[in-house]
Amino acid sequence: MEQQAISNPDQFHSEIEKGYESLAVSQKNDAMRLSVLVSGTYCAACIHKIEHSLRQNPSVMYARLNFSTGHLSMEWNGPARVANDLVQTVENLGYGVRPYDVALEKEQLDKEERFLLLCLGVAGFAMGNIMLVSVGLWTTNIETMGTGMRDFMHWVSALIAIPTVLYSGRPFFRSAFAALKAGQTNMDVPISVGLTLAGAMSLFETVNHGEHAYFDSAVMLIFFLLIGRYFDFRARKKARSSAGDLLASLSGFVTVLEGEKPRHVLARDVVPGQILLVAAGEKFPVDGVILEGESDVDISLITGETIPAAVSPDSEVYAGTINLSAPVRMQITKITKDSLLADIARLLDKASQAQARYVRIADKVARLYTPVVHILALAAFLAWWGTGLAWQESLIIAITVLIITCPCALGLAVPVVQVLATDRLMQRGILVKSGDALERLAAIDTIFMDKTGTLTLGKPALIQSCNEEHLRLAASLAAHSIHPLSLAITKSYGGALLPLSNIREYPGCGMEGYIGDERVRLGSRNWCGDKSQPVSSHLELWLEIAGKRSTPFYFSDQLRPDALETLNKFRQKGISIILLSGDRETIVQNMAKEAGIEQFYAELSPSQKFEMLEKFKRQGHKILMVGDGLNDAPTLAGANISMAPGTAVAISQNAADIVFMGDKLLPVYQAYETACRTQKIVRQNFILAILYNIVAIPVAALGYLTPLLAALAMSGSSLVVILNSFRMRRKA
Amino acid sequence: MTILLYLIPLALLMGLIGLVSFIWALKSGQYNDLDGAAQRILIDDENAP
Repeated sequence: MEQQAISNPDQFHSEIEKGYESLAVSQKNDAMRLSVLVSGTYCAACIHKIEHSLRQNPSVMYARLNFSTGHLSMEWNGPARVANDLVQTVENLGYGVRPYDVALEKEQLDKEERFLLLCLGVAGFAMGNIMLVSVGLWTTNIETMGTGMRDFMHWVSALIAIPTVLYSGRPFFRSAFAALKAGQTNMDVPISVGLTLAGAMSLFETVNHGEHAYFDSAVMLIFFLLIGRYFDFRARKKARSSAGDLLASLSGFVTVLEGEKPRHVLARDVVPGQILLVAAGEKFPVDGVILEGESDVDISLITGETIPAAVSPDSEVYAGTINLSAPVRMQITKITKDSLLADIARLLDKASQAQARYVRIADKVARLYTPVVHILALAAFLAWWGTGLAWQESLIIAITVLIITCPCALGLAVPVVQVLATDRLMQRGILVKSGDALERLAAIDTIFMDKTGTLTLGKPALIQSCNEEHLRLAASLAAHSIHPLSLAITKSYGGALLPLSNIREYPGCGMEGYIGDERVRLGSRNWCGDKSQPVSSHLELWLEIAGKRSTPFYFSDQLRPDALETLNKFRQKGISIILLSGDRETIVQNMAKEAGIEQFYAELSPSQKFEMLEKFKRQGHKILMVGDGLNDAPTLAGANISMAPGTAVAISQNAADIVFMGDKLLPVYQAYETACRTQKIVRQNFILAILYNIVAIPVAALGYLTPLLAALAMSGSSLVVILNSFRMRRKA
Repeated sequence: MTILLYLIPLALLMGLIGLVSFIWALKSGQYNDLDGAAQRILIDDENAP
């Protein structure tokens, strides 16, 4: 079982060109510029160390690290290949460097955030300044002030408000326009109508020396709504970036073998047929076939299995899996963007698009609200006109009705609560990725649980007690390996280790070492086990001493410490729990019994899991899927709402609506509880907003409304809704 | 009351200066790295006397 000799590719790394010169861009002033992603920066000292070391190089003109994004920009005078030296400088400090791919989605998010921030800033400026004038208008009357002064103040207000509405109102106008184009209405439609009408009518009144100008209300509405939207956006962006992007992590360099000469090239530039060197500890960047070398591969990304698979020549390997124990040579069959991983990513995209059909509660309200309010306004117009009032004055009353019902309070009812709830959950290590996730979570009646890594910790642990001497020997060997089973042995043994000599790891087999002259082996049944023993349903390792009889060690996955308690809490709320697993029937049955779950399905393939989900959905169930493996990803994306632990593979984290951290299962229940409270407060907010409308609409329709009353009523209703939302902060 | 004819535009102008400087700060990338700015306070100036 000797491993074939392959020169360690690591030794080439210092000799061959890094390849960063191909990414450097030349600037206008003859300087070169390079942007890379740096990982491992945690504090001010890191920023200083990196920037200072780079500036030591006399050709460097500029070096700046963006601490929030880990994005390092460098500019220097001189040839492009200096790039490699600069990257080497940063790597020598102990930080990880990856090439930066500009075409990532993140860029788009940053742009959107800046747009919202700009709109918010302009609205904030306008609101502060318009108040200056409005307070004067509210506190005096026409007798003291005179028509001339009032008109002047109205014109000043118009000067501030009209550009603000046009500029800062864009996020709402765009969204409303998109909805109308698709033949739907959403909350932004009445907001846009309200804004436009408030602006237009106030301008009309100002021109005609009238009293009914609502510039201040329009600006205040925009400002409040934008605050909600900006915080909502930030929360979502944070969650998305913590989930990470798996495909992006494969975008680095790979070592291609041309003839016998290794060369660093960008992963996106390789073609099928080329031969790659993959060092131990590296990720396979592409799909391919092993040509030379034997190793263990961590395939948890694809199958969810925690135990590494052994590979040898002719084995297939998949992009995203990790080469654990020895360097190998592989031939590329499919490049990154055609790999199995990319296929699954595309499938996921499809499943999540189907999810987009969900109608938010705010939009449901808007669907009822928009026609009702417009009909009321029309009725007011017809009624006044019918009683003999001039049509212009009737129109003003009708528009006043539209403005006073302005959906400020309604528009704030949902986002403020959701932002507060999301923030509260984030402090507990629960990341909520979309605003409506909490709405959907509150409506569930069934939970689908994955087994490995979700209900359990996904880490095997030693389950039988054994001879202390054997355990000591096994632990002394296991301490030299990072295999999950070795880690489990090391963890269960606390004492001092024996000094062993000549320790080496045989990929796919196990560990070997010598104590004195005696050979000790710890590994698989085939390598050093007792083949006559009955096959156990548990994972196993065998210890062989000096070629004599072997001792087995058995391992099993462990339930999360609070799994039972958490599941009971859900049962008390009348929610049924179903265990889904790809594992063997007996193992799943035992685990279900241990967790007190009555309904379970075993030996399911990823597509069967998805079919099970579809079946339950057709029966009208609202399903929460909790899972972590790539095999769960389609089910996660297809479920009404989904959660994944922070240990889940990146694709599953991306597919899930909520990601929770830590070893406990309780966060699933905490999120559910918070979601229920959020919905309760949202409903209260809607009731408050509707109550306000019930009072305000008749007052406006009867023509009793003055601008001061309108401003007070509208701001008052918004404040009541915001204050009610802040009850979310109180302890449950 | 005519004083208002001067004071209000003056107030607006001052507000506008604030707004323009905000937009300038945003455009020149000062809002790109909010966490970094908090950390950089702790770094000593390289050319300090």
